[in-house]
Amino acid sequence: MNQSLWIAKTGLDAQQTKMSVISNNLANASTSGYKRSRAVFEDLLYQNQRQPGAQSSQDTLYPTGLMIGTGVRTVATEKLFTQGAMSQTENPLDVGIDGKGFLQILMPDGSLGYTRDGALQVDNQGQLVNSNGYAVQPAITIPADAQSITIGNDGTVSVSTPGSTGTTQVGTLQLVDFINPGGLQPTGGNLYLESSASGSPQAGTPGQNGLGTLMQGYVEGSNVNVVEELVSMIETQRAYEMNSKAISTSDQMLQFVNNNL
Amino acid sequence: MSDLFFTVMHGARQVMKAQAVNANNLANASTDGFQAELAYVQEQNRDFEISGAADFTPGNIRATGRSLDVAINGQGWMTVQTEQGTEGFSRRGDLKVDSLGLVTNGAGQPLIGNSGPISLPPFTNIEIGADGTISIQPVGQGPEAMAVIDRIKLVNPDPQTIHRGEDGVMRLLPVNGEEIIAPPDASVQLQPSSLESSNVNAVAEMLKMIDLSRRFETQIKLIQSADENSASLASLLRLN
Repeated sequence: MNQSLWIAKTGLDAQQTKMSVISNNLANASTSGYKRSRAVFEDLLYQNQRQPGAQSSQDTLYPTGLMIGTGVRTVATEKLFTQGAMSQTENPLDVGIDGKGFLQILMPDGSLGYTRDGALQVDNQGQLVNSNGYAVQPAITIPADAQSITIGNDGTVSVSTPGSTGTTQVGTLQLVDFINPGGLQPTGGNLYLESSASGSPQAGTPGQNGLGTLMQGYVEGSNVNVVEELVSMIETQRAYEMNSKAISTSDQMLQFVNNNL
Repeated sequence: MSDLFFTVMHGARQVMKAQAVNANNLANASTDGFQAELAYVQEQNRDFEISGAADFTPGNIRATGRSLDVAINGQGWMTVQTEQGTEGFSRRGDLKVDSLGLVTNGAGQPLIGNSGPISLPPFTNIEIGADGTISIQPVGQGPEAMAVIDRIKLVNPDPQTIHRGEDGVMRLLPVNGEEIIAPPDASVQLQPSSLESSNVNAVAEMLKMIDLSRRFETQIKLIQSADENSASLASLLRLN
């Protein structure tokens, strides 16, 4: 029937997706370690109605052609791994990652997940876990009688125990990085999974090989810029309205034909 | 049947085509680096035909803060590899590095450097200069080891020689059936950590949409009048 109806429909779909991405960013504006997403669009294939440069006669060419595009689609919703603001919590088990890198988390199914959320806890076994109770890798156990816990910039975890002078090192936190962090698969729970697009994880000591350093007593906030999201929300809403206007105009054109012929 | 019917029907169909071009522009109002297609009327013999040409006005540039986002400041193009392996031009600058180190844009087209697609070794930091130079800090080395790896091929061919391919990527028109390759142009400037929005002028497109729908109604009205004319002719000619 009328091509414009379907083209405008793809526009509505795309703007709807963008709106969902914006809503999710806004909903996670205070999720620690959250990285904002952005919807990436791409124009669909074009229908070649007349080839530019085709021969209009033996010696002349059509200077222009006519390419009718068929709309738009969402190619990806990519994560933007810019640094979130560090907020001080003074909780000794909070570690913020200043720079690149992810903490490794052992998932219940035995695979590894990666996170930027450094709000760690200790479980009933004394093991360092994330908020969901999944153990941090490499595993670190805090002795039951530990008086204070210190996490160094390079990930060294040391505790002081009563009756001993000085501190004892109980483990080291590692960071891993990926060649294409944007290719990681977000799974919820502030966790990402390795995918074939992200490349394989490269583990290292915090502060070395370009990895970020750890900051004890800090939590990395969400990197969502609320003002920016609200501006794109307005933009999305108006673009949505324009596409629905295109649908109603095409509809009126067809209606006019039906009523007048 | 009256000749008018066919002329007007052709006209209405052309307007529908222009409306489709218009709807596509509106649908891509938020596709980064998209270049609107302008439909215009071209007279041809007795009829008129809708022609299209890409609008090469640069879109708005907005800062994103992502080091792999680049926008072209002013005229010019980044060279990408099309699916056929030839060189195409694109203005979309939401670049990505895949797990093999290949630099592609958001639509997945590999970017062309000094010699073919750009491939990067593992890095911890990346900077793209205003002239398209890509420098990286290799993994395991300090900021003093920042090394230039490649340079995005930036071109600025005559807009008259560019046309849009069916995949939406711009290409050079072949001359005498032979593909030509655009030479690099040092005057094209990139703006790092920014993206160019779609250059669709939403207000103009909305106005054009109203204009086209009224034109369409005129054409339909003409068909209606032609119909009435032939009806009255028939009644005049009827005996008694």
